[in-house]
Amino acid sequence: MINKFVPDMETALAGLTDNATILMGGFGSVGQPVQLVDHIAEMGLKNLTLIANNAGAAFGGMTKLLQTGAIGKVVCSYPRSSNSTVFLDLYREGKVQLELVPQGTLAERIRAASAGIPAFFTPTAAGTMLGVGKETREINGRLCVLEEAIHADFAVLEAWEADRWGNLTYRLSGQNFNPIMAGAAKVTVVQTQHVRELGEIDPDAVKTPGIYVDRVIHVPYGDPAL
Amino acid sequence: MSETQPKTLTREQMAARLAQDIPDGWFVNLGIGAPTLVSNYVSDDKEVIFHSENGLLGVGPAPDAEHVEPWLINAGKQYVTLLPGASTFNSAESFGIIRGGHLDLAVLGGYEVAENGDLANWSTGANDSNPAVGGAMDLGAGAKQVWVVMDHTTKQGVSKLVEKCTYPLTALGSVTRVYTNIAVIDVTKDGFVLREAAPGWTFEEVQERTAARLLRG
Repeated sequence: MINKFVPDMETALAGLTDNATILMGGFGSVGQPVQLVDHIAEMGLKNLTLIANNAGAAFGGMTKLLQTGAIGKVVCSYPRSSNSTVFLDLYREGKVQLELVPQGTLAERIRAASAGIPAFFTPTAAGTMLGVGKETREINGRLCVLEEAIHADFAVLEAWEADRWGNLTYRLSGQNFNPIMAGAAKVTVVQTQHVRELGEIDPDAVKTPGIYVDRVIHVPYGDPAL
Repeated sequence: MSETQPKTLTREQMAARLAQDIPDGWFVNLGIGAPTLVSNYVSDDKEVIFHSENGLLGVGPAPDAEHVEPWLINAGKQYVTLLPGASTFNSAESFGIIRGGHLDLAVLGGYEVAENGDLANWSTGANDSNPAVGGAMDLGAGAKQVWVVMDHTTKQGVSKLVEKCTYPLTALGSVTRVYTNIAVIDVTKDGFVLREAAPGWTFEEVQERTAARLLRG
């Protein structure tokens, strides 16, 4: 019998070690796996690479994760934050590396990893500072850069509903990077607001088929703060 | 600047002027800052559908305090509403919509626009100590039309319309029109063309504040 639900955070994040690369879902505070990140911050890990849209924003354990020196590198489109300077301070002191990636390229590089595409050409960033050092080719009259898929060791995500096969739904703008990160990591861990029995989720409503998901933990924490 | 200089438009007036030119039925993405104001000025007789990078089409106005939905924010991380007919999707699909040329228009802010349509709006250069790019490069490269709303000059009076951008580029040759606080200017294959000067402004006065050749429309 398949049952992807795990009883506690230790089991959910078992196998996460120093130097790991972690994909983290969420846009702003919505769809962030807050409690999974809180727990990672408690694990005392070193030299993690964090890949997320807003890796500099303050929420839950993110600030602590940065402050304790667990993060060596951030791959991100928008590290700027109105509610925190923790990332910025560390970046300016040279304590955290930053790879800035245009948001659509970030999303597609992650989706590509999940879909088995090693690399692709895109016009975004061609001829700009963020295209420097990348293979550039003119395709159908447009300058394009080669972008490689982003694979990770762990993906930590938040869903609205999950069943024991790992089928997931999302709520409104809580979808964002979560569905594309599922399947781009060796281990995909999901915290979910609601638990459903098999068959309770309409197959047409499933946004992430369970095949991508390894572990699910029930964290009904309620509404995200802005 | 002489004491008799005509009035410059406010951010709200620039947004309102731009909103007049959006045709009925267009799909539009509004950047953070002044571009966001545009949605307040689209007249009720037009159906304009707003896209948000974080995965929304059919974004409506901000909710009042009693009707906030905590799971519904826009790319500027503000609470929004969805109109009847709206849809939600993931970030890869959202940027497929952008990069795939499906959006009719992106309205963006700008540090500089060059006469060939190059846009600089994401970084102040190598010493930028607070770097962030978000979706600006994808929008610049992908939307069918890119309209920039920005002041015509910096606070120091330096033109933001230039022959060649000095700040790092966001996208190459993508800007089609600029709405400034003194003019509406088209970016054509021949360069900047004055389409409209703000009330009280002459062609010569706009040209004087533009660091590139301006053509009469």
